[in-house]
Amino acid sequence: MTLLEIKKLNKSFKKGKENNHVLHDIDLKVKEGEFVTIIGPSGCGKSTLLKAIAGLDTEYKGEILLEDEKVTGTGSNRGFIFQEPRLFPWHTVEKNIAGNLSLKNPEVKNTVQNLIKLVRLEGYEKAFPKELSGGMAQRVSIARALLRKPKVLLLDEPFGALDAFTRSHMQEALLNIWQEEKTSMIFVTHDIDEAIYLANKVVIMSAKPGLIQNIIPIDLPFPRKKTTSSFQEFRTIVLNEFEKVDELEYIDSAGI
Amino acid sequence: MENQSTTAIETLPLKQVKNKKNRSKEKRQLAIFLKGLLLPAFILVVWELSGVYGLTSEIMLPKPSTIFNSFVDLLFTGNLLGHLEISLYRAILGFVLGGALGLVLGLVVGFYNNAEQTLDPTLQMIRTIPHLAVIPLFILWFGFGELSKILLIAKGAFFPLYVNTFLGIRGVDSKLFAVAKVLQFSKWKQITLVILPAALPNILLGVRLSLGAAWLGLVAAELMGSSEGIGYLITDARQFSQTSIVFVGIIIFAIFGKLSDSLVRFFERRLLKWQDTYKG
Repeated sequence: MTLLEIKKLNKSFKKGKENNHVLHDIDLKVKEGEFVTIIGPSGCGKSTLLKAIAGLDTEYKGEILLEDEKVTGTGSNRGFIFQEPRLFPWHTVEKNIAGNLSLKNPEVKNTVQNLIKLVRLEGYEKAFPKELSGGMAQRVSIARALLRKPKVLLLDEPFGALDAFTRSHMQEALLNIWQEEKTSMIFVTHDIDEAIYLANKVVIMSAKPGLIQNIIPIDLPFPRKKTTSSFQEFRTIVLNEFEKVDELEYIDSAGI
Repeated sequence: MENQSTTAIETLPLKQVKNKKNRSKEKRQLAIFLKGLLLPAFILVVWELSGVYGLTSEIMLPKPSTIFNSFVDLLFTGNLLGHLEISLYRAILGFVLGGALGLVLGLVVGFYNNAEQTLDPTLQMIRTIPHLAVIPLFILWFGFGELSKILLIAKGAFFPLYVNTFLGIRGVDSKLFAVAKVLQFSKWKQITLVILPAALPNILLGVRLSLGAAWLGLVAAELMGSSEGIGYLITDARQFSQTSIVFVGIIIFAIFGKLSDSLVRFFERRLLKWQDTYKG
């Protein structure tokens, strides 16, 4: 069943005299429970697209439908994970997850406790963000987004700032959460391995104008291994797509 | 990442370790305190000795022991506590009045651009007017009584809190607002959960500076003419060249200034323990 549908999304803004076309005719469908990764060079508008879905950016032409309803602003049916954890430094881990909900409510307290277990942070309920490592802080922000039981979780390069070990740890953790919670995921990244490792389908975008170049379904069973030959095959496919993008960009920049 | 709860076997030695830690912490704090006393103690000794050996005149710089004697004298025969009480009353009332107004206006101007555009230019203009320049006006308008003194102190206490509250609110990271937006915080929750906690370091700094300004205002107010208060004690003693009493007054100002500052620092430490800043 289609959960999210993006129809003919266009966005441009004027930068000096130039008309910068950030997103061009974006059409995308995301099924319920699907894991979609969006990958592309910087400036292809992948983050902008994610912000539009979140409702943080509403200045565009076209439509975004979530469960057949038009998205007009932010809503609790969409969770958003930023590149940085963006925790409130004056709140403890618990309170950060609870956000505007009161921990005095036993139901909230219970859910928060379960989420803390889900992201493996037991014992850190009362810790302040300054006491957490980057990976831990990002897990808190994931728990915070999950508390509102979103239909879809939007992740904007959430592991970009982490080291390689923590990153693969977090990918593991995210897949576990995805399998347990069955939340749809839209995950923006610039890491090809990450994109293939996580996704049911990889959306490849190209820049200037930002458009969807190709969508590649990844029909590998989970758990995946990055070293297998089938994984490498997909890697080659995605890389080939990028070479096409690169050629186009060379031509563009050479002014031919 | 995985250092979770400690097991039962570990509990006992852990407690002992904690006790030891506490004790060494106390020792460290004592050491820090003593370090702070080192310089004043050295100065006192040199001062006293130079008085004893006649290097300084008793009128210009009375010996610490003379100052102490005057202090005891004043305490038992000179109604020092009465003067202190009236001074404290003025300072506190003026601080509360000016500080509260500064906090409220700082919040309003911080939250609303309209308020900033209409109020801030005028307030900034008033801010730069020195105390001494308005004293004649205050006396004309409000007389020599308590009102003019308290208003003068309030004027001093108003601005640090106003400016710092405003700065605190405008300094909130806009990235956190995006989070609040995604999480569907109401306007009220945005204020209580995001803006106020983020502005709190600045607000507390404002409180500290306001307290200092209230103290300054107090001296100015009491020097401008009064019949009681520590400031009066100083002016009165100066007229009779009782330098040691001038010193007593100054030292009392210093002690109470430090005490009030320490009180705010105490709250700072409790309320801002989440801060991740360089601790030296």
